[in-house]
Amino acid sequence: MSGTGFSFTIDGVAVAAEPGQTIMEAADAAGLYIPRLCDHEGLRHQGGCRVCTVKAGGRSVSACTQPAAPDLVVENETPHLNKLRRDLVEMLFHEGNHLCPICEASGNCELQAMAYRLDMTAPTRFPYLQPSRTLDASHPDIALDTNRCISCGRCIRASQDVDRKGVFGYVGRGIHRRVAVNADDLASTDASIEDAAIAAGTCPVGCIIRKRHGFATPIGERIFDKGPIGHDIEDKRRE
Amino acid sequence: MDVDPSSERNDSDEPTLRIAAICAAYGNDRHRMLDILRDVQEGFRWVSPRSLETVAACTGLSRVQVEGVASFYSFLSLTPKGRITIRLCDDIVDRFAGLAAVAAAFEAELGIRMGETSADGSFSLDYTPCIGMCDQAPAAMINDVVVTRLTPERAASIGSALRAGRLPLEIAVPGHAGLSPAERAAAMVENNIRHAGPVLLGPVPSDAGLRQALELTPTAIIDAIEASGLRGCGGAGFSTGRKWRAAASEPAERRFVFCNADEGEPGTFKDRVLLTERADLMIEGMTIAARAVGAREGLIYLRGEYAYLRDHLEAVLESRRAGGRLGRRIHGIEGFDFDVRLQLGAGAYVCGEEGALISSCEGLPGEPKTRPPYPVNRGYLGFPTLVNNVETFCHAARILGRGADWFRAMGTDRSHGTKLFSVSGDCLNPGVYELAYGLTLAELLTLVGGEDAAAVQVGGPSGTMVDRANFHRRLSFDDLATGGAIIVFSARRNILEIVDYYMSFFVHESCGYCTPCRVGNVFLHKAIGKFRAGLANPEDIDYLRDLSQTIIETSRCGLGMTSPNPILTTLQNFPLVYSALVKSSPDRVRASFDVQSAIEGARRIARRRSTIFDEDYT
Ligand SMILES: Cc1cc2nc3c(=O)[nH]c(=O)nc-3n(C[C@H](O)[C@H](O)[C@H](O)COP(=O)(O)O)c2cc1C
Ligand code: SF4
Ligand code: SF4
Ligand code: SF4
Ligand code: FES
Ligand code: FES
Repeated sequence: MSGTGFSFTIDGVAVAAEPGQTIMEAADAAGLYIPRLCDHEGLRHQGGCRVCTVKAGGRSVSACTQPAAPDLVVENETPHLNKLRRDLVEMLFHEGNHLCPICEASGNCELQAMAYRLDMTAPTRFPYLQPSRTLDASHPDIALDTNRCISCGRCIRASQDVDRKGVFGYVGRGIHRRVAVNADDLASTDASIEDAAIAAGTCPVGCIIRKRHGFATPIGERIFDKGPIGHDIEDKRRE
Repeated sequence: MDVDPSSERNDSDEPTLRIAAICAAYGNDRHRMLDILRDVQEGFRWVSPRSLETVAACTGLSRVQVEGVASFYSFLSLTPKGRITIRLCDDIVDRFAGLAAVAAAFEAELGIRMGETSADGSFSLDYTPCIGMCDQAPAAMINDVVVTRLTPERAASIGSALRAGRLPLEIAVPGHAGLSPAERAAAMVENNIRHAGPVLLGPVPSDAGLRQALELTPTAIIDAIEASGLRGCGGAGFSTGRKWRAAASEPAERRFVFCNADEGEPGTFKDRVLLTERADLMIEGMTIAARAVGAREGLIYLRGEYAYLRDHLEAVLESRRAGGRLGRRIHGIEGFDFDVRLQLGAGAYVCGEEGALISSCEGLPGEPKTRPPYPVNRGYLGFPTLVNNVETFCHAARILGRGADWFRAMGTDRSHGTKLFSVSGDCLNPGVYELAYGLTLAELLTLVGGEDAAAVQVGGPSGTMVDRANFHRRLSFDDLATGGAIIVFSARRNILEIVDYYMSFFVHESCGYCTPCRVGNVFLHKAIGKFRAGLANPEDIDYLRDLSQTIIETSRCGLGMTSPNPILTTLQNFPLVYSALVKSSPDRVRASFDVQSAIEGARRIARRRSTIFDEDYT
């Protein structure tokens, strides 16, 4: 395109990039998938889940925030990096309460799909933290169950930047940091089922539940029944 | 005023008006959120849901955004606190110095348990991490006042005096009314300067460095700093000259010079002494930096634990302004304007990380910022911001005054000049030592009366736990790097108890932004508990190493990248402590435990003895 473009490599594949693009943005355009959970198209980068950790010039960085640079050598699909990612995904499972068989996000859930992609077997190495967070069912159309929250902040950024509402926000510090709503409960906020923050796909797991929509998709037709997470990006390259 | 200040249920809108007035005093500026909430906390003893709403309305934020800030800092509370809040330092140094008995004495005298607030709202008792008084532990904060060298008797008498209505300041500094702020600070907390070196703690002529700097071009100032070899004293050791050059060369309309006085690394208290004794020199250094990088605005980020130094620092700033050494036309030079604001923190170790410090100053939760961009390129409010440690600015002023060569000649090849060491723990002379870089740990231990040490924590929890076999190592950036903390432990101390405490510290202080540090440190802490309970298996040692590696490699900031160090460095230097506690029986029942055979295996692996463990068991 313009003369300012440059190229760098990801696992030996040459990738074109523009100044200001992150490693992940350039990779997406080139049809190379870098695993991610907190990054979401159309939203600001958070850089919090760290599942997108890659080696760039030998240093570990988060691909969703690190700018691409000319001639940068990036490693992505290596056993070592996938092991780190598996650890992170396991941490997220063990931090919350996840029971996939009875969860209505099952099959559409990015955390679950990432676990499959990374070959996560029985998660027994880490202790379970078993938080007990109350379900907020106050809103007529929406329920919020943060027991499965992975602190990706996608609902927060979507509500703030897309909906211009600020329904959600983080409160607390450290292991007590969690997603909260901008009032005593969800019904007292101006959240609406039309919000981008509530739309299917914004929450990667099963926290933001659209009432009366539960289990709408039959098994076999759910998002990740059709292919592993990231296949949409990887298909671009195969075409 | 007999009304319960925590009550906001009366019909009048008085509290709302008072909170609106607090916000107005800060121009309803959302960037001053930390000041606003500190004042609300002080005025009402908590930040109530209604306060959140009022503050949000005044500053144009949402309630959950204000709650995000209020719930981040330890010294802000979303439930009512007592009019007097006593915060006892619960660091391992204080525990070894008799903390439990002191806490019990406070509990008995005030009739509440640690963590509780009395029913009439008069007292709260809390624990808090290191408050920078490690050389005079056990120590505590009573609201903003500091009391040190506590004994159960002293705690009881403090408690009864408080119950009799005496003010904390009266108790800590009898006769404080006739004292200047500087005298009051010095009377409250001992300096314990044990060794004054040539750069910082010896005699220092006033503004000699600044006057010299005014003869130079900004580039020449930076050249001098770079030539001196000065490296940052806050822990990371980055070249100060290069940092100044980066800040100076970034095109911008505004630039800032920030002094990092957050000093949160447990075991570190040298900045406390500089702030008390060398505040003028530190501000002189900031002013030189401002001249060098072209900044007109400066800020000192003072940890909330050091609030007792606030009046003193304000007085020094004011006297510099009055003397034409700060503010407009400094030293009479047209166009050389620079002023400094004091920003108090509110109990968050991570705010010492420069990006988190900037977030905090912007009125946000103290979360580190995504790097790049770096603060020297885009920092406070998006403008280039130079962040240096208190000691770094003091050194810079002296370097300008005495010349780069003078400074460069001290220390070692890659660590020039002197360094302040904060020494605490099991030694005869805890306190601050100014020494040239490059001395061995053994030499330092002789100086401080700590020859009996069995282990030394160099650099605080995020640093290295060193065993006797390594006391020949040198204190410098090439060998044992440290921001200054030296914590001495005798053979009586239990290494795993220390590690356990340090991991709980990191769990408490993680900001929670990223997965590995937020969750991984909880797992590490739990695993250490398993070892201490005698429930660990041999594979758990690999688990500790493996999990630590993940946390280090994937964390977003320096806190997570160093938080496994207490475990990794003790696994390395005290392997027997771990291996002797694991049991190999697969059925998890310890039928007969033979510590010597357990040690023998580990001895073979480690190929050396561990003093600490063998002394206890052989
Ligand atoms: C968790 C954490 C805490 C820190 N705390 C402090 C501190 O209390 N004081 C300090 O000067 N630097 C601290 N730092 C280092 C700062 O990020 C920064 O490097 C330093 O202020 C730069 O100043 P210097 O170059 O003069 O050392 C901390 C870093 C981390 C990661
Ligand atoms: S949110 Fe995802 S991972 Fe969690 S229980 Fe539901 S399907 Fe499983
Ligand atoms: S509720 Fe869902 S979208 Fe929001 S932070 Fe949690 S996991 Fe992410
Ligand atoms: S490493 Fe820890 S302190 Fe740093 S950003 Fe991540 S959670 Fe916060
Ligand atoms: S996707 Fe990059 S940190 Fe979450
Ligand atoms: S004040 Fe207690 S250890 Fe520092």
